[in-house]
Amino acid sequence: MSTNDAVIDFKQMPDAKGHFGQFGGRFVSETLIHALDELAEMYEELKDRPDFREEFDRDLAHYVGRPSPLYFAERLTQKVGGARIYLKREDLNHTGAHKVNNTIGQALLAKHSGKKRVIAETGAGQHGVASATVAARLGLECVVYMGAEDVKRQALNVYRMKLLGATVIPVESGSKTLKDAMNEAMRDWVTNVDDTFYIIGTAAGPHPYPQLVRDFQCVIGREARAQCLEQTGRLPDALVACVGGGSNAIGLFHPFLNDSSVAMYGVEAGGHGVETGRHAAPLSDGIPGILHGNRTYLMEDENGQIIETHSVSAGLDYPGVGPEHSWLKDMGRVSYVPINDDEAMNGFRSLTRVEGIMPALESSHAIAYAEKLAAASDKDDIIIVNLSGRGDKDILTVAEIDGIKV
Amino acid sequence: MNRITSTLNALRAEGRKALVTYIVNGDPTPQTTLDTLHAMVANGADIIELGVPFSDPMAEGPTIQRGHERALEHGVSLKDTFDVVAQFRETNQSTPIVLMGYANPVERMGYKAFAERAAQAGVDGLLTVDLPPEELGDLDAELRAANIENILLIAPTTAKERIAHITASASGFIYYVSLKGVTGAGHLDIDSVAEKVAAIRETTDLPVMVGFGIKDGQTAKAVSAVADGAVVGSALVSLMSDVSSNEIASKVGQKVAEIRQGLDK
Repeated sequence: MSTNDAVIDFKQMPDAKGHFGQFGGRFVSETLIHALDELAEMYEELKDRPDFREEFDRDLAHYVGRPSPLYFAERLTQKVGGARIYLKREDLNHTGAHKVNNTIGQALLAKHSGKKRVIAETGAGQHGVASATVAARLGLECVVYMGAEDVKRQALNVYRMKLLGATVIPVESGSKTLKDAMNEAMRDWVTNVDDTFYIIGTAAGPHPYPQLVRDFQCVIGREARAQCLEQTGRLPDALVACVGGGSNAIGLFHPFLNDSSVAMYGVEAGGHGVETGRHAAPLSDGIPGILHGNRTYLMEDENGQIIETHSVSAGLDYPGVGPEHSWLKDMGRVSYVPINDDEAMNGFRSLTRVEGIMPALESSHAIAYAEKLAAASDKDDIIIVNLSGRGDKDILTVAEIDGIKV
Repeated sequence: MNRITSTLNALRAEGRKALVTYIVNGDPTPQTTLDTLHAMVANGADIIELGVPFSDPMAEGPTIQRGHERALEHGVSLKDTFDVVAQFRETNQSTPIVLMGYANPVERMGYKAFAERAAQAGVDGLLTVDLPPEELGDLDAELRAANIENILLIAPTTAKERIAHITASASGFIYYVSLKGVTGAGHLDIDSVAEKVAAIRETTDLPVMVGFGIKDGQTAKAVSAVADGAVVGSALVSLMSDVSSNEIASKVGQKVAEIRQGLDK
């Protein structure tokens, strides 16, 4: 299917059962179906209600600090010598990443549900911090599941969560990373479903999560679209965002999906290189399967076992991806491309040195691809990169790669 | 007739309750499973639930998670599980075997191939934890075509209207999840089980087995007093880490005998 003849109302997706074509859905144990039904009903009722929208917008403005700037990276543009590169500055949000847009929204849903306890899974720790933050603000108990490997890699964020009053539970099962944290969060939810709200951090999981996370993150794309029109008088030629689960990417892309002139690139973690098999790029080198409540592209072996992923960035170190991305890939509307660890590190250094902005290692993948894309594009072209988070949390990882003890 | 139905009909006619026992294929090693299956039957298991190892067993508590991990260390997969069932069938043609696991290995094999190979090996039923009736797709028809029962779960949180919807697509028996939680949890409430089983019986004549949180003969007897049988899993899988591999079959058999005795008391 080409993008031009596709007459799809992207806002009407997913369908009533949470499917994006063959992807998405609700592949969970029976115990959770009722809670998901309740959540879907509540969200359906609230999402277009003016008081709910106003409360969400007010929190984003006064607590998160939105709108985030759209910044013309002039020196980066000069360095690359191609298309003009603009950065959507989600790194300037309260707590330092796009994740808070979603946790603010889900916290409002938790408040409406009357549940007093929230749980979350986290990889890099950004979603855990954002969840602990909104829980502190609303006086809710918060438990965050984090793979034991990630607890080591992201010690600063673990301490931040603890300072915010959250309990961080290291997950020792499986590969001890984000996927195992999500398994454990699901096990907690199935046990405490009556009084617990599960704040899923990415646009994946069982319906209605991919939809509601996307909707909350769409503030990124709506702002970027208006800001681009205001600053340049036209729409961008391309959008670039990193994709782990894919919430920052879908948030940027979605409001542009019907603008057929806008190309979109989702950048996956190529790890040691897609050809080595040691990566976290299911859209580049995976097949559709079922994990964590949805059908989507996965990294798995010939027996259907989920395989270990590799990425320098804990936030992208995940074998699946949000189901809407799988759908957009198959229809050809969005291109998904890998960026290796080394390239991402170059992106990190490049933005830090020429713009004085230290990107998260996740976002560094998007920066690295945008540099390639800009170099191959016309000078009049406009590229918007989602700078989804700031790199403060990663400085110990970078120092270790550089062989420096901080 | 499928072995599950004939076995449960016979038990019902005798006024006896069914004991369903669960282990993970390949746990703790691929060499122990076949003997353990026979030992369970010899000591009173009526139906065997054989876990198919999966990398992300989301519904399992720590005990059965370890079982999956031990089996995966030996690379045990769905294909190996068919092999074990086929070997079991060489000497046992009567005890039903239900494969219990997660959707992705079945999806990867393909629904048609799965149903055909399962039937060929001598599998009688499939219970897929993360495939609610809405997501069954073509699997339902493929299982029917291969005469494999589609065992569905009902949970304490399942609403009344939904119970009828599930029992309408289920076959073999209904698996009632006795508690909100993972396998091996310890907060079983018999009164709430009785209430829910009664609600299930209003919608179907299928036998109802109760599982999750049944650790001994006493709890097995208590739940089967209000249902048609009990499923015991974690209590058996917990033995796999404790004893040396040449004692596994006899230890598991001994435990099954104890539970059988409690159940029949």
